[in-house]
Amino acid sequence: MLAPASDAAREGRREEHVNNLYRKRLFVNRFNLVMSLGTMAFGMAFLLWILAVLFYNGFAALSPSLFVQMTPPPGSAGGLANAIFGSVVIVGVATFISTPIGILAGIYLAEYGKGGLIARSTRFINDILLSAPSIVIGLFIYTIYVAKVEHFSGWAGSFALALIAIPVVVRTTENMLQLVPSSLREAAVALGAPMWKVILMVTLRAVRGGVITGVLLAVARISGETAPLLFTALNNQFFTTDMNAPMANLPVVIFQFALSPFQEWQELAWAGALLITLAVLIINILARSVFRQASVR
Amino acid sequence: MTAAVNATLPMPVDSIAAERDPTPSGRRREIPRWQDALFEGITRFFALFVLGSLLAILIALSIAAVPAIQKFGFGFFVTDVWNPVTKNFGALAPIYGTLVTSAIALLIGVPVSFGIALFLTEMCPATLKRPLGTAVELLAAIPSIIYGMWGLFVFAPFFGDYIQPLLTQVFGNLWILGPLFQGAPNGIGVLSAGIILAIMVIPFISSVMRDVFEIVPPVLKESAYGIGCTTWEVVWNVVLPYTRVGVIGGVMLGLGRALGETMAVTFVIGNAYKISASLFAPGNSIASALANEFNEAADPVHSAALIMLGLVLFLLTTIVLACSRLLLMQLAKGEGKST
Repeated sequence: MLAPASDAAREGRREEHVNNLYRKRLFVNRFNLVMSLGTMAFGMAFLLWILAVLFYNGFAALSPSLFVQMTPPPGSAGGLANAIFGSVVIVGVATFISTPIGILAGIYLAEYGKGGLIARSTRFINDILLSAPSIVIGLFIYTIYVAKVEHFSGWAGSFALALIAIPVVVRTTENMLQLVPSSLREAAVALGAPMWKVILMVTLRAVRGGVITGVLLAVARISGETAPLLFTALNNQFFTTDMNAPMANLPVVIFQFALSPFQEWQELAWAGALLITLAVLIINILARSVFRQASVR
Repeated sequence: MTAAVNATLPMPVDSIAAERDPTPSGRRREIPRWQDALFEGITRFFALFVLGSLLAILIALSIAAVPAIQKFGFGFFVTDVWNPVTKNFGALAPIYGTLVTSAIALLIGVPVSFGIALFLTEMCPATLKRPLGTAVELLAAIPSIIYGMWGLFVFAPFFGDYIQPLLTQVFGNLWILGPLFQGAPNGIGVLSAGIILAIMVIPFISSVMRDVFEIVPPVLKESAYGIGCTTWEVVWNVVLPYTRVGVIGGVMLGLGRALGETMAVTFVIGNAYKISASLFAPGNSIASALANEFNEAADPVHSAALIMLGLVLFLLTTIVLACSRLLLMQLAKGEGKST
């Protein structure tokens, strides 16, 4: 009479134990998934916080005179015309230098080098350069160029930015070229085209959109770079078109004005920060849409 | 793609038409070889240019740092004096600051990145995947100087007024850990810099984690679900072990980024050449020392010491990033074998 009762009790205990185990697993699962949702919210909160602060302060300081007046001396009103112009020129020249170098090096990796020693090591080094600290790149251009010619210049700024942009272009060009089916190359070669024509007129054209995306991403990356310009282009309070002289540019102006105690300068820094961020975000969105169009085709 | 082929068709067809005409000798007309060789040479030259630039950076910085090496030798790395007036320079404080801020960044950034990657790969509804993934990537697109301004004008005051007193209250009396969280809560300092760095490395780490989580063969996950595992158990016991190498690679990538980040740190770290027990105290990192001082360094020994710092930073990040690459390559290789 006792035995069945204890059996039932044991069974009951077992069930309870299993239920407890199950409940614990369920709880751990729910807890961790909620935490995961929380981390996502954490990330989004900071993104929104930063953008909200930037838009609030930036739009308050935005005015048409920003685009026509020069950077002011301490304590007076002015604009950012020389800095905007300088930034566009420095980034433009850097893009002009880095695009052909990056695309040609990317072509070598995807079409000629492939699994060879040169290609493999270049790929490896390129990936390291992709994340190398930009301030060291600025230091490098300083030691090999600025220190030799003994003056800061817009050229030096462009060289530094180009060196940062090249790895981005190399990487995307190579990745894109690898997507081209071999049959396309084989068809062109079978028709009697030499390799260089096949590459430039068939494979590279087929991935045009992807390569343009890479260039745009590189432009977005270097537009906001401040550190490498500190030791190369420096800054200039006046408007200049002379690439051989120190040249005003938005990032360095923002850096100097934001850390100054003057109200007017800090407002200009916010306006400049807004302009740069808008430019970078627009280029990013543009790059994504170009890419999507290219991959749809 | 077909448009591209059509556009290029006329050229090869012409050359074929030309070849249908047999030359008197009956031989095919040769395609000039030198053009191909020249083109390959040009592309190889630029590939070597990329390859050589890393070496060039190392050599140029080493040469420029010679005066500092001669004067201070190895002592440069173990002294924490930084005095431009007496021309005495030691790198300990900025190196310490760089390592501590990066460590804080990883301590916060890695779990958060893991959570985001987990959310985006396992939990997120398909329609939200794209926009949320893009939003996380936007964190990486925001220029670092914006993080710096936001950190200086908004985050640091908030952090000093609300979070730091709270941290002191909660952790301030703990054994060993206590002194880390004591000190004047003014918002500017090593901890603030580390937290801002954490936000900046999250997009890099989480995007690598997302990519490697995606490569786990569905059949592995399905069999785990099939024997009754919960989502968390599948992620913790199947996905994470399978992608361990890649995850570590992603963390190393984030570390490489954090070590070299300049502007955001410069704005909030406080720029003081000293090593303090408290994380609330101002400090300095290699990158922020360079950004603040290099242009004002009139003395050759001073600038050589700064270049030496830059060289140390470059070597450090290069090693970390190389490890990251090697780990990620290993994962890619393993994946190739198993499928």
